[in-house]
Amino acid sequence: MRVLGLDIGSRSVDAVWLNDGRIVDWAVADSGFDPQAVAEAFVARGGHDVIVATGYGRHAAAQRFGGSPVTEITAYGFGAHKLFPEARAVLDIGGQDTKVIALGSGGKVVDFEMNDKCAAGTGKFLEVMARALGFELEEMAASALAADAGVAISSMCTVFAESEVTGLVHRGEDRARIARGLHESIARRTLGALKRVNARGPLVFAGGVAKNPAMVALIRAGFDGEVLVPDEAQIVGAYGAALSALSERVSA
Amino acid sequence: MSDQPVDYRPMWEKLGLDLDAHDALLAAVGPLYADAYLSQQNRPEGMSYFDFVISEIHGLRIKELDDFRAQGGKVVGTFCLYVPEEIVRAAGAWCVGLCAGAEFAYDEVERIMPRNTCALIKSFMGFKLGKVCPYIQEADLVIGETTCDGKKKAYELLGELHNVWVMELPQMKRERDRDFWRAEIRELVAKVEELTGNNITADGLRAAIKEVNDKRRALQRVAAARKADPVPISGKDALLAVQVAFYDDVARFTQMVNQIADELEQRVANGVGAAPKGAKRILVTGTPMAIPNWKVHDVIEKAGGVVVQEELCTGSRYYSKLVPEMGEDTTMDELLDAIADKYLDINCACFTPNDARCSDVIDMAREWKADGIVHYALQFCGPYQIEATHVERAAQEAGIPLLKIDTDYSMEDIGQLSTRVEAFLEML
Repeated sequence: MRVLGLDIGSRSVDAVWLNDGRIVDWAVADSGFDPQAVAEAFVARGGHDVIVATGYGRHAAAQRFGGSPVTEITAYGFGAHKLFPEARAVLDIGGQDTKVIALGSGGKVVDFEMNDKCAAGTGKFLEVMARALGFELEEMAASALAADAGVAISSMCTVFAESEVTGLVHRGEDRARIARGLHESIARRTLGALKRVNARGPLVFAGGVAKNPAMVALIRAGFDGEVLVPDEAQIVGAYGAALSALSERVSA
Repeated sequence: MSDQPVDYRPMWEKLGLDLDAHDALLAAVGPLYADAYLSQQNRPEGMSYFDFVISEIHGLRIKELDDFRAQGGKVVGTFCLYVPEEIVRAAGAWCVGLCAGAEFAYDEVERIMPRNTCALIKSFMGFKLGKVCPYIQEADLVIGETTCDGKKKAYELLGELHNVWVMELPQMKRERDRDFWRAEIRELVAKVEELTGNNITADGLRAAIKEVNDKRRALQRVAAARKADPVPISGKDALLAVQVAFYDDVARFTQMVNQIADELEQRVANGVGAAPKGAKRILVTGTPMAIPNWKVHDVIEKAGGVVVQEELCTGSRYYSKLVPEMGEDTTMDELLDAIADKYLDINCACFTPNDARCSDVIDMAREWKADGIVHYALQFCGPYQIEATHVERAAQEAGIPLLKIDTDYSMEDIGQLSTRVEAFLEML
């Protein structure tokens, strides 16, 4: 069976084409202001029998393209398990959500936690902070990684943290240290969430923010267990969504 | 039920409502109800009574209260189920629950209390300050209770705007707390006797105990029918019945709910469901849900799950226990003690310790064959938010998955909330 998995998120629309369970192609595009149209362009490429959508736009996509939607949590569980069958937990930091998932045997989700409403500590948070510090996103991560120490940042709210960062800049703090402090505060919060779901290693770190080397280093340093980062961390959700169609077919 | 629309505006104006603001409120509740309720499939026919009640929520029922007061009757408004309706009714007065389930006039509320006050308290203050709750306007007396610090202090502010009297509820359940609460119940007797000018008699109490028990028994029948798979009534509809129990005419409500219970028992016998057989069954526990707060049930049921029981003040805590019905030789004191004890037996998070609530939740989850538990707490409700940890541990020990939701009346978190609930249902 040929399946198209779509992860329609706040920052990107990711697509994975499967044929008999193997990836034949994948693509990532900016969500823009009309993510469904971006998804539509992927759908128009054809080459699929079934579509499974996940992410914020999953319901709208299911209405438009058919197929039953699946949540990002279940999708990431499937995707991470297939990539790393030994994985016992997943961390996904995306554009505006952070999810931590504890996996049981066979990649089954046994517990999860997700941020309640705001984009604190997500990709969006890092984008706003990079702008406040006058960095490109990649540049900020590299500076944070190279900094000898981090400045303590107490706010996790994007708006409050931006004010706090502005205050630190005006006090003459080194912006690399501020950047490190920001990454450290996200890592602290994330590690706390992992503890709350009793996550054990190996942990799969996926989602757009897994491409940030400073975040990966800090999670590796703080997590008690192995941390695995897939080569294409951004498409794990779309991959898992596509896999869920196969799993349903097998069990049905 | 006449087909001719009645113009209630003169009545609302007389009650001192802000007519424009009130129009805006009613204009919001209608579509909300249509989206949450009227869109449902396979509803029991008897629910048409509740559709009617909601369509007349500020109309016909207010007219009834108005007429009752015009004949000298007294109306008592309450916010909490610790205020014994039996005593109010034994004095010839009527009890109504007050509006506290939607965001209204928060800008005015936040001038007198902090933003981080729970939605229920902000809501009732907003309804009063915004002049949009006809129930409180019809209430000759509002009886508050010291169930939490937020309400306790809010009643002081409400007392500047309305006739408010506060009962002190103990925070523990020791013998001396029981004695204290029994004395507090006698204070309530004196207070409503003074309000109504009527003396409460043992016969009057016995009759009130019987009629309020009948109301609870009707709700117990609905709850019992929900043990079936497929479940014959949606969680939203069952929740609505308990919400309406707080302010509807007691005899009429009991009759209508018994009719619905007949229908549900028939549905169970015929295997008819409001949700498909095998739909994931959820028990909801936590803070009360006042009309029109249907948010969590709506999210669960739109995601394909079905709520089969509520361990809430707008749920089992309201109807699961009855006051013993005692013979004609019982004294006033025995009756009042029986009432006091029944109410003290309710397991609210305002008590410490409150282990009995955890066992209630687990027992109910098993009895109603729940696949999962949703713990719902209003943000800034310390007692329930903190007690959630005990409930979570009890669920873990019992091997029942639990999802913890802290939220408020706004719709800003609906995207994330839906994802969490859907993922929880996928996990079960």
